[in-house]
Amino acid sequence: MANDYDIRDNVPLIRLENIGMVYRIGDIAYEVLKGINLTIENGEFVSIMGASGSGKSTLMNILGCLDKPTSGSYFLEGKDVAGLTSDELAEIRNKKIGFVFQGFNLIQRLSIIENVMLPLYYSGLHSKNSEEMAMEALKLVDLSEKGNKFPNQISGGEQQRVAIARAVVNNAPIIMADEPTGNLDSVRGADVMNFFGKINAERGATIILVTHDRHIAGYGRRLVTVKDGMIISSDVINI
Amino acid sequence: MNNNKENKVKFAFLLDLESAYKTLLRNKIRSFLTILGIIIGVGSVIATVSIGQGASRAIQNSINSMGSNLLIILPGSSSLGGIHSGFGVLPTLTLSDVYAIRKLPAVKTDSGMLGMAQQVIWRGNNWSTLINGANSSFTVIRAWSVVKGTFFTPQQVASAANVAVIGNTAATELFGLINPIGRIILIHNVPFTVIGLLSVKGFNAFGQDQDDTVVIPITTMLEKIAGTTWVHAIAVSAKSNKDTVTAESEITALLRQRHHIPLHKPDDFFVRNLTELAATANSSANTFTILLASIAAVSLLVGGIGIMNIMLVSVTERTKEIGIRMAIGAKKSDILKQFLIESSVLSLFGGILGIGLGFGISSAISAFSPLKTIVTTEPIIISLVFSLCVGIFFGFYPAYKASRMNPVEALRYE
Ligand SMILES: Nc1ncnc2c1ncn2[C@@H]1O[C@H](COP(=O)(O)OP(=O)(O)OP(=O)(O)O)[C@@H](O)[C@H]1O
Ligand SMILES: [Mg+2]
Repeated sequence: MANDYDIRDNVPLIRLENIGMVYRIGDIAYEVLKGINLTIENGEFVSIMGASGSGKSTLMNILGCLDKPTSGSYFLEGKDVAGLTSDELAEIRNKKIGFVFQGFNLIQRLSIIENVMLPLYYSGLHSKNSEEMAMEALKLVDLSEKGNKFPNQISGGEQQRVAIARAVVNNAPIIMADEPTGNLDSVRGADVMNFFGKINAERGATIILVTHDRHIAGYGRRLVTVKDGMIISSDVINI
Repeated sequence: MNNNKENKVKFAFLLDLESAYKTLLRNKIRSFLTILGIIIGVGSVIATVSIGQGASRAIQNSINSMGSNLLIILPGSSSLGGIHSGFGVLPTLTLSDVYAIRKLPAVKTDSGMLGMAQQVIWRGNNWSTLINGANSSFTVIRAWSVVKGTFFTPQQVASAANVAVIGNTAATELFGLINPIGRIILIHNVPFTVIGLLSVKGFNAFGQDQDDTVVIPITTMLEKIAGTTWVHAIAVSAKSNKDTVTAESEITALLRQRHHIPLHKPDDFFVRNLTELAATANSSANTFTILLASIAAVSLLVGGIGIMNIMLVSVTERTKEIGIRMAIGAKKSDILKQFLIESSVLSLFGGILGIGLGFGISSAISAFSPLKTIVTTEPIIISLVFSLCVGIFFGFYPAYKASRMNPVEALRYE
């Protein structure tokens, strides 16, 4: 199974071809994404910007295999994911993709370390060393002391760092973050962004970031701008 | 490697259990109210079955205490339902009937009996008790032993000797702590020597104290006390349990012939098969138990619906959590499993508490009523399995609903 997704030299990590997404509410169809073409190479740090309602989250959900486009093709590591079942998509999300959401999305009932261990549990890798792996991930975000606390006992910035630890615990090659700093002040936001930079630089993980904030987008190395469901520009960011 | 994987699966299952347990503990009161139906259902199943088993044991014991493979032949037609006037004996059975029955192949031994209430006097004490005229085979038929002295012999019956064997209650009333053996008592102003003391037998199925009796030879009874040749009853012990039915038909044929009853006329006696009576009593006790237990089982089903209701609420409340779990890689089956384990733990826990409740009710009944209830393992295992099935069955729909959620929509839920 794992071999199916092996990264081949000449194949981009992500290739979207003419992706369209149409929501139907009653008789009215809303075309949220209109012919998106996007290629992301392994190890990139891409920031996606755009006005509210432009379709960034919708695009992100498709990239993250949480949702399926209504038209077009999505090749992940060269493999078309259109025909996959929901369980196969779940496996891709588990092994290949780590999510960080605006609202942190930790499970309140579970301790910090249990939250971080959860992806390992679903990958069937759960064993004694999963606790070690989770500790290692927590160390990466400087939270190794807080493993036994619960989400409501730590600050928002810390919760978001736990979410980052959870996203990287499985060594997922792709990290997707939708407005990860949206609920944080600029200091905590910068803090969180530094960890994304670190993961990108040290682990070579591909980071795809959605944000409103030009400054936050500047942490990436490529800026993709979305407007009305279309990509209007894709530029290298000059620091 | 394989072993390692197995360990992981086991480990994961324990984690699921632990997580389900924690989730349920977070909402203690709600969890408790949810399983109340199961607790009551299982509790009443255990209690009713223990009552039923206790009752049928009691019936069995009291029937056994009357004697083994016992047939009782009573005078009068069965159409009268065997109701006796109490003022004397219907004149149809005689001592010679007793001797004829003794020779039948399916009959092991027999005893003619004539029972009568009489005053018994010893020195200043007098006591009204049941005087039983019987044959020497009395102890065998009634499965009743003599603890002190001896029972009377066939010779003593043949010679209509004035000897008596005394029951424990009558002995206590007349003699107190004094040894009754060798004492002379007066029955109907006739002197009798007490030669034996019967063992304690207790109450029979009709609530009579079987130990309140004095047994004397049937011949002496007929000649000197009753002044009649008619016997009150003939007790017969069949050779075996199976032979009771054969003995019944042999006796009927024999007595019809001896009493010269024409074909079209009914019997002037009737035969009671106590083994059959026991079986009937037992099976009606069982029917009653099954009926009560199935009514109790209905409350288990109602309890199951309660579980389904709460699990549906729980799934809705935790939509966001389901979305998070799906986003990080939970498959449909993982979500299904999570909620199924939760509902199963819930109902199994209810089952365990219910067994406790059932035990409580059952021992309270034992403590405060004459009935001794019996809790057997069977209903415990059945109720545990049943409550587990209820949890899985009624938990399935909510769990299925959870597993079918769309991750994007679930994540958006607040
Ligand atoms: N499930 C849905 N059904 C119908 N319309 C939807 C659905 N999801 C999103 N939309 C619509 O699609 C459009 C794009 O939504 P999306 O969430 O992708 O925007 P966004 O760029 O992420 O905006 P924001 O910056 O505010 O988060 C919006 O107009 C939204 O109303
Ligand atoms: Mg959005």
